[in-house]
Amino acid sequence: MTILKYEKKVLSENDRLAAEVRREMTDRGILCLNLVSSPGSGKTSLLERTLGALGKELRMGLIAGDVQTENDADRLRAAGGTMVRPIVTGGACHLDARMIIEALKKLSLDGLDLLFIENVGNLVCPSSYDLGEEMKVVLISTTEGDDKPLKYPGMFRRSSLMVVNKIDLLGHSEFQLARVKENARAINGDLETIELSCRTGEGARRWYDWLRQRVSHKRA
Amino acid sequence: MHELKIAESIVDSVSKEMERRGLKSLRAVGLRIGELTDIVPESLEFGFNAIVAATPMEGVRLEIERVPITGRCRDCGAEFAVRDFQFLCPTCEGRGVTTVGGNELEICYLEVDDPHSDKRISATA
Ligand SMILES: Nc1nc2c(ncn2[C@@H]2O[C@H](COP(=O)(O)OP(=O)(O)O)[C@@H](O)[C@H]2O)c(=O)[nH]1
Ligand SMILES: [Mg+2]
Ligand SMILES: [Zn+2]
Repeated sequence: MTILKYEKKVLSENDRLAAEVRREMTDRGILCLNLVSSPGSGKTSLLERTLGALGKELRMGLIAGDVQTENDADRLRAAGGTMVRPIVTGGACHLDARMIIEALKKLSLDGLDLLFIENVGNLVCPSSYDLGEEMKVVLISTTEGDDKPLKYPGMFRRSSLMVVNKIDLLGHSEFQLARVKENARAINGDLETIELSCRTGEGARRWYDWLRQRVSHKRA
Repeated sequence: MHELKIAESIVDSVSKEMERRGLKSLRAVGLRIGELTDIVPESLEFGFNAIVAATPMEGVRLEIERVPITGRCRDCGAEFAVRDFQFLCPTCEGRGVTTVGGNELEICYLEVDDPHSDKRISATA
Protein backbone atom coordinates (compact mmCIF):
# COMPACT_ATOMS: atom_id res chain seq x y z
CA MET A 1 0.00 0.00 0.00
CA THR A 2 1.30 3.43 -0.91
CA ILE A 3 0.31 6.90 0.18
CA LEU A 4 0.65 9.39 -2.64
CA LYS A 5 0.63 13.07 -1.89
CA TYR A 6 -2.09 14.86 -3.82
CA GLU A 7 -2.96 18.31 -2.60
CA LYS A 8 -5.93 19.99 -4.10
CA LYS A 9 -8.72 22.22 -2.86
CA VAL A 10 -12.00 20.41 -3.38
CA LEU A 11 -13.66 23.53 -4.76
CA SER A 12 -10.66 24.76 -6.74
CA GLU A 13 -12.63 24.76 -9.99
CA ASN A 14 -15.38 26.87 -8.39
CA ASP A 15 -12.75 29.16 -6.88
CA ARG A 16 -11.11 29.61 -10.29
CA LEU A 17 -14.41 30.64 -11.88
CA ALA A 18 -15.23 32.92 -8.94
CA ALA A 19 -11.86 34.62 -9.41
CA GLU A 20 -12.82 35.23 -13.05
CA VAL A 21 -16.05 36.91 -11.96
CA ARG A 22 -14.21 38.95 -9.34
CA ARG A 23 -11.64 40.15 -11.88
CA GLU A 24 -14.35 41.25 -14.28
CA MET A 25 -16.20 43.14 -11.53
CA THR A 26 -13.00 44.87 -10.46
CA ASP A 27 -12.11 45.80 -14.05
CA ARG A 28 -15.54 47.31 -14.53
CA GLY A 29 -15.74 48.90 -11.08
CA ILE A 30 -18.93 47.04 -10.21
CA LEU A 31 -19.77 46.29 -6.60
CA CYS A 32 -21.01 42.69 -6.39
CA LEU A 33 -22.93 41.61 -3.30
CA ASN A 34 -24.04 38.06 -2.47
CA LEU A 35 -27.23 38.14 -0.38
CA VAL A 36 -27.76 35.13 1.85
CA SER A 37 -30.38 34.21 4.43
CA SER A 38 -32.91 31.61 5.45
CA PRO A 39 -36.00 31.48 3.23
CA GLY A 40 -38.31 34.40 3.93
CA SER A 41 -35.91 36.76 5.74
CA GLY A 42 -36.59 39.40 3.11
CA LYS A 43 -33.84 39.28 0.45
CA THR A 44 -36.23 39.94 -2.43
CA SER A 45 -38.12 42.57 -0.43
CA LEU A 46 -34.86 44.40 0.31
CA LEU A 47 -33.95 44.39 -3.37
CA GLU A 48 -37.45 45.61 -4.34
CA ARG A 49 -37.11 48.53 -1.94
CA THR A 50 -33.60 49.27 -3.09
CA LEU A 51 -34.72 49.36 -6.73
CA GLY A 52 -37.49 51.75 -5.78
CA ALA A 53 -35.26 54.07 -3.79
CA LEU A 54 -32.00 54.00 -5.75
CA GLY A 55 -33.15 52.91 -9.20
CA LYS A 56 -32.56 56.35 -10.70
CA GLU A 57 -29.27 56.89 -8.93
CA LEU A 58 -27.48 53.56 -9.36
CA ARG A 59 -27.57 51.06 -12.19
CA MET A 60 -28.29 47.69 -10.69
CA GLY A 61 -28.00 44.23 -12.14
CA LEU A 62 -29.79 41.45 -10.30
CA ILE A 63 -29.33 37.70 -10.34
CA ALA A 64 -32.09 35.88 -8.50
CA GLY A 65 -31.38 32.30 -7.49
CA ASP A 66 -34.23 29.97 -6.69
CA VAL A 67 -34.61 26.23 -6.38
CA GLN A 68 -37.71 25.91 -8.54
CA THR A 69 -39.30 29.15 -9.73
CA GLU A 70 -38.58 32.50 -11.34
CA ASN A 71 -40.95 34.30 -8.98
CA ASP A 72 -38.27 36.45 -7.37
CA ALA A 73 -36.97 37.58 -10.76
CA ASP A 74 -40.54 38.51 -11.74
CA ARG A 75 -40.92 40.50 -8.51
CA LEU A 76 -37.68 42.36 -9.18
CA ARG A 77 -38.77 43.24 -12.72
CA ALA A 78 -42.10 44.47 -11.39
CA ALA A 79 -40.18 46.63 -8.92
CA GLY A 80 -38.39 48.34 -11.79
CA GLY A 81 -35.40 46.06 -12.32
CA THR A 82 -34.36 46.10 -15.97
CA MET A 83 -31.24 43.96 -15.70
CA VAL A 84 -32.59 40.82 -14.06
CA ARG A 85 -31.51 37.22 -14.61
CA PRO A 86 -33.12 34.29 -12.82
CA ILE A 87 -31.13 31.18 -11.98
CA VAL A 88 -33.28 28.15 -11.35
CA THR A 89 -31.01 25.63 -9.69
CA GLY A 90 -33.34 22.70 -10.20
CA GLY A 91 -32.98 21.37 -6.68
CA ALA A 92 -29.46 22.52 -5.83
CA CYS A 93 -29.43 24.25 -2.46
CA HIS A 94 -26.88 26.93 -3.39
CA LEU A 95 -25.54 28.92 -6.31
CA ASP A 96 -22.05 28.23 -7.59
CA ALA A 97 -19.65 30.32 -9.64
CA ARG A 98 -20.37 28.45 -12.87
CA MET A 99 -24.04 29.43 -12.62
CA ILE A 100 -23.01 33.06 -12.20
CA ILE A 101 -20.75 32.90 -15.26
CA GLU A 102 -23.64 31.43 -17.27
CA ALA A 103 -26.07 34.07 -16.01
CA LEU A 104 -23.61 36.84 -16.84
CA LYS A 105 -23.54 35.72 -20.48
CA LYS A 106 -27.12 36.92 -20.70
CA LEU A 107 -26.78 40.02 -18.56
CA SER A 108 -25.03 43.07 -19.92
CA LEU A 109 -22.66 44.55 -17.36
CA ASP A 110 -22.16 47.76 -19.33
CA GLY A 111 -22.56 50.78 -17.11
CA LEU A 112 -23.60 48.84 -13.99
CA ASP A 113 -22.69 50.18 -10.56
CA LEU A 114 -23.97 47.24 -8.58
CA LEU A 115 -24.61 43.56 -9.10
CA PHE A 116 -26.81 41.88 -6.53
CA ILE A 117 -26.91 38.12 -6.32
CA GLU A 118 -29.84 36.76 -4.33
CA ASN A 119 -28.65 33.35 -3.25
CA VAL A 120 -30.90 30.37 -2.55
CA GLY A 121 -32.59 30.71 0.85
CA ASN A 122 -30.28 28.62 3.01
CA LEU A 123 -27.64 29.50 5.59
CA VAL A 124 -25.59 26.33 5.23
CA CYS A 125 -24.94 25.21 1.68
CA PRO A 126 -24.06 28.55 0.05
CA SER A 127 -21.30 29.26 2.56
CA SER A 128 -18.65 27.10 0.86
CA TYR A 129 -19.22 28.55 -2.60
CA ASP A 130 -17.44 31.72 -3.56
CA LEU A 131 -19.39 33.46 -6.32
CA GLY A 132 -16.81 36.15 -6.98
CA GLU A 133 -18.68 38.66 -4.82
CA GLU A 134 -17.01 41.52 -3.03
CA MET A 135 -18.90 40.67 0.14
CA LYS A 136 -21.64 38.53 1.52
CA VAL A 137 -24.57 40.32 3.12
CA VAL A 138 -26.46 38.08 5.53
CA LEU A 139 -30.08 38.86 6.36
CA ILE A 140 -31.92 37.78 9.45
CA SER A 141 -35.44 38.84 10.36
CA THR A 142 -36.99 39.43 13.74
CA THR A 143 -39.33 36.48 13.24
CA GLU A 144 -36.36 34.12 13.43
CA GLY A 145 -34.28 33.14 16.44
CA ASP A 146 -31.76 35.69 17.66
CA ASP A 147 -29.33 32.80 18.20
CA LYS A 148 -29.01 32.20 14.46
CA PRO A 149 -25.45 33.55 14.27
CA LEU A 150 -24.43 30.86 16.76
CA LYS A 151 -26.25 28.16 14.82
CA TYR A 152 -24.76 29.15 11.47
CA PRO A 153 -21.28 30.40 12.40
CA GLY A 154 -19.80 29.59 8.98
CA MET A 155 -22.10 31.99 7.17
CA PHE A 156 -21.99 34.79 9.75
CA ARG A 157 -18.22 34.49 9.90
CA ARG A 158 -17.92 34.86 6.13
CA SER A 159 -20.31 37.81 5.85
CA SER A 160 -19.35 41.47 6.03
CA LEU A 161 -22.73 42.98 6.82
CA MET A 162 -25.72 41.69 8.75
CA VAL A 163 -29.08 43.23 7.86
CA VAL A 164 -31.69 42.69 10.56
CA ASN A 165 -35.02 42.95 8.75
CA LYS A 166 -38.64 43.24 9.90
CA ILE A 167 -37.96 45.55 12.83
CA ASP A 168 -41.61 46.64 12.48
CA LEU A 169 -42.38 43.31 14.17
CA LEU A 170 -40.01 43.78 17.12
CA GLY A 171 -41.75 43.09 20.39
CA HIS A 172 -44.06 40.50 18.85
CA SER A 173 -41.63 37.67 19.57
CA GLU A 174 -38.74 36.71 21.81
CA PHE A 175 -36.30 38.19 19.33
CA GLN A 176 -34.03 40.83 20.85
CA LEU A 177 -31.87 43.15 18.78
CA ALA A 178 -29.19 43.44 21.44
CA ARG A 179 -28.93 39.67 21.66
CA VAL A 180 -28.61 39.05 17.92
CA LYS A 181 -25.88 41.67 17.74
CA GLU A 182 -24.04 40.18 20.68
CA ASN A 183 -24.25 36.71 19.16
CA ALA A 184 -23.06 37.99 15.80
CA ARG A 185 -20.18 39.86 17.41
CA ALA A 186 -18.94 36.71 19.13
CA ILE A 187 -18.70 34.97 15.75
CA ASN A 188 -17.43 37.91 13.75
CA GLY A 189 -16.08 41.07 15.35
CA ASP A 190 -15.81 42.71 11.92
CA LEU A 191 -19.48 42.26 11.01
CA GLU A 192 -21.36 45.51 10.50
CA THR A 193 -25.05 45.64 11.34
CA ILE A 194 -27.96 47.57 9.84
CA GLU A 195 -31.48 47.10 11.16
CA LEU A 196 -34.46 48.05 9.04
CA SER A 197 -37.94 47.20 7.91
CA CYS A 198 -38.62 46.50 4.26
CA ARG A 199 -42.30 46.93 5.04
CA THR A 200 -42.23 50.42 6.58
CA GLY A 201 -38.90 51.62 5.27
CA GLU A 202 -37.67 52.45 8.75
CA GLY A 203 -33.89 52.30 8.92
CA ALA A 204 -33.52 51.78 5.17
CA ARG A 205 -31.62 55.03 4.76
CA ARG A 206 -28.58 53.54 6.49
CA TRP A 207 -28.62 50.68 3.99
CA TYR A 208 -28.77 53.10 1.07
CA ASP A 209 -25.93 55.15 2.49
CA TRP A 210 -23.89 52.01 3.06
CA LEU A 211 -24.46 51.03 -0.58
CA ARG A 212 -23.62 54.49 -1.91
CA GLN A 213 -20.40 54.56 0.06
CA ARG A 214 -19.34 51.09 -1.10
CA VAL A 215 -20.21 51.84 -4.71
CA SER A 216 -18.21 55.07 -4.79
CA HIS A 217 -15.32 53.29 -3.10
CA LYS A 218 -15.44 50.58 -5.77
CA ARG A 219 -15.54 53.09 -8.62
CA ALA A 220 -12.54 55.02 -7.34
CA MET B 1 -27.28 18.29 1.11
CA HIS B 2 -24.49 20.23 -0.55
CA GLU B 3 -22.24 17.38 0.59
CA LEU B 4 -23.40 15.46 -2.47
CA LYS B 5 -21.99 18.21 -4.70
CA ILE B 6 -18.80 18.31 -2.67
CA ALA B 7 -18.51 14.52 -3.04
CA GLU B 8 -18.96 14.88 -6.80
CA SER B 9 -16.11 17.39 -6.92
CA ILE B 10 -13.90 14.97 -4.99
CA VAL B 11 -14.72 12.01 -7.26
CA ASP B 12 -14.07 14.22 -10.26
CA SER B 13 -10.67 15.46 -9.12
CA VAL B 14 -9.54 12.07 -7.90
CA SER B 15 -10.52 10.18 -11.07
CA LYS B 16 -8.70 12.72 -13.21
CA GLU B 17 -5.61 12.49 -11.03
CA MET B 18 -5.68 8.65 -11.07
CA GLU B 19 -5.83 8.72 -14.84
CA ARG B 20 -3.12 11.35 -15.11
CA ARG B 21 -0.74 9.28 -13.00
CA GLY B 22 -1.84 5.98 -14.52
CA LEU B 23 -2.96 4.60 -11.15
CA LYS B 24 -5.43 1.75 -10.82
CA SER B 25 -6.29 0.47 -7.38
CA LEU B 26 -7.46 3.24 -5.11
CA ARG B 27 -8.05 2.35 -1.47
CA ALA B 28 -8.67 5.66 0.23
CA VAL B 29 -8.74 9.41 -0.23
CA GLY B 30 -7.31 11.63 2.51
CA LEU B 31 -9.21 14.84 3.19
CA ARG B 32 -8.78 17.80 5.50
CA ILE B 33 -12.01 19.52 6.47
CA GLY B 34 -12.07 22.58 8.69
CA GLU B 35 -14.55 22.93 11.52
CA LEU B 36 -15.73 26.24 10.07
CA THR B 37 -16.86 24.69 6.80
CA ASP B 38 -20.48 23.67 6.82
CA ILE B 39 -19.59 20.12 5.87
CA VAL B 40 -20.93 17.20 7.87
CA PRO B 41 -18.40 14.35 7.42
CA GLU B 42 -21.06 11.64 7.71
CA SER B 43 -23.14 13.28 4.98
CA LEU B 44 -20.07 13.59 2.82
CA GLU B 45 -19.25 9.88 3.23
CA PHE B 46 -22.86 9.01 2.52
CA GLY B 47 -22.87 11.11 -0.64
CA PHE B 48 -19.51 9.76 -1.74
CA ASN B 49 -20.60 6.15 -1.29
CA ALA B 50 -23.78 6.81 -3.23
CA ILE B 51 -21.87 8.30 -6.15
CA VAL B 52 -19.20 5.61 -6.39
CA ALA B 53 -21.59 2.68 -5.97
CA ALA B 54 -21.23 0.27 -8.91
CA THR B 55 -18.22 2.16 -10.29
CA PRO B 56 -14.52 1.22 -10.12
CA MET B 57 -14.28 3.47 -7.06
CA GLU B 58 -16.80 1.48 -5.06
CA GLY B 59 -15.41 0.63 -1.63
CA VAL B 60 -12.92 3.49 -1.56
CA ARG B 61 -12.72 5.03 1.92
CA LEU B 62 -12.65 8.69 2.82
CA GLU B 63 -10.13 9.39 5.57
CA ILE B 64 -11.26 12.69 6.99
CA GLU B 65 -9.11 14.81 9.25
CA ARG B 66 -11.06 17.56 10.98
CA VAL B 67 -9.09 20.78 11.31
CA PRO B 68 -9.94 22.83 14.40
CA ILE B 69 -10.53 26.55 14.16
CA THR B 70 -7.53 28.75 14.80
CA GLY B 71 -7.65 32.52 14.97
CA ARG B 72 -4.99 35.20 14.87
CA CYS B 73 -5.56 38.46 16.69
CA ARG B 74 -4.97 41.49 14.50
CA ASP B 75 -4.23 43.64 17.54
CA CYS B 76 -1.60 41.63 19.38
CA GLY B 77 -0.74 38.88 16.90
CA ALA B 78 -1.61 36.01 19.27
CA GLU B 79 -2.68 32.74 17.67
CA PHE B 80 -5.25 30.75 19.57
CA ALA B 81 -7.72 27.89 19.36
CA VAL B 82 -11.26 29.15 18.82
CA ARG B 83 -13.70 27.26 21.02
CA ASP B 84 -17.47 27.31 20.65
CA PHE B 85 -17.07 29.74 17.76
CA GLN B 86 -16.05 32.55 20.12
CA PHE B 87 -13.68 34.68 18.09
CA LEU B 88 -12.21 36.60 21.00
CA CYS B 89 -8.49 36.97 21.63
CA PRO B 90 -7.65 35.35 25.00
CA THR B 91 -4.59 37.59 25.36
CA CYS B 92 -5.96 41.08 24.74
CA GLU B 93 -9.70 40.44 24.26
CA GLY B 94 -9.48 41.84 20.74
CA ARG B 95 -12.37 41.10 18.39
CA GLY B 96 -10.50 41.63 15.17
CA VAL B 97 -9.63 38.02 14.48
CA THR B 98 -8.41 36.48 11.25
CA THR B 99 -9.25 32.84 10.63
CA VAL B 100 -6.00 30.97 10.01
CA GLY B 101 -7.36 27.43 10.37
CA GLY B 102 -10.78 25.87 10.02
CA ASN B 103 -11.74 26.82 6.47
CA GLU B 104 -9.93 23.85 4.86
CA LEU B 105 -11.76 21.74 2.33
CA GLU B 106 -9.01 19.87 0.58
CA ILE B 107 -7.75 16.57 -0.67
CA CYS B 108 -4.31 15.72 0.68
CA TYR B 109 -3.45 12.16 -0.35
CA LEU B 110 -4.47 9.06 -2.26
CA GLU B 111 -3.86 5.61 -0.86
CA VAL B 112 -3.32 3.03 -3.56
CA ASP B 113 -2.31 -0.60 -3.94
CA ASP B 114 0.88 -0.22 -5.84
CA PRO B 115 1.83 -3.50 -7.52
CA HIS B 116 5.37 -2.26 -8.23
CA SER B 117 6.19 -1.39 -4.66
CA ASP B 118 4.52 -4.63 -3.51
CA LYS B 119 6.93 -6.58 -5.71
CA ARG B 120 9.89 -4.67 -4.41
CA ILE B 121 8.86 -5.39 -0.83
CA SER B 122 8.45 -9.14 -1.48
CA ALA B 123 11.78 -9.25 -3.36
CA THR B 124 13.69 -7.82 -0.42
CA ALA B 125 11.78 -9.84 2.19
N1 LIG C 1 -43.61 42.55 8.54
C1 LIG C 1 -42.64 42.52 7.64
N2 LIG C 1 -42.69 41.59 6.65
C2 LIG C 1 -41.68 41.59 5.73
C3 LIG C 1 -40.63 42.53 5.78
N3 LIG C 1 -39.78 42.26 4.77
C4 LIG C 1 -40.32 41.22 4.09
N4 LIG C 1 -41.46 40.81 4.67
C5 LIG C 1 -42.31 39.69 4.23
O1 LIG C 1 -41.62 38.49 4.44
C6 LIG C 1 -41.94 37.55 3.42
C7 LIG C 1 -40.69 37.01 2.77
O2 LIG C 1 -39.99 38.05 2.11
P1 LIG C 1 -39.07 37.79 0.85
O3 LIG C 1 -38.52 39.09 0.44
O4 LIG C 1 -39.78 36.99 -0.18
O5 LIG C 1 -37.91 36.89 1.51
P2 LIG C 1 -36.73 36.06 0.80
O6 LIG C 1 -37.15 34.64 0.76
O7 LIG C 1 -35.53 36.25 1.70
O8 LIG C 1 -36.50 36.65 -0.55
C8 LIG C 1 -42.84 38.27 2.45
O9 LIG C 1 -44.15 37.91 2.74
C9 LIG C 1 -42.59 39.73 2.75
O10 LIG C 1 -43.71 40.54 2.48
C10 LIG C 1 -40.62 43.49 6.84
O11 LIG C 1 -39.73 44.33 7.00
N5 LIG C 1 -41.66 43.43 7.74
MG1 LIG D 1 -36.42 35.71 -2.44
ZN1 LIG E 1 -4.99 40.00 20.95
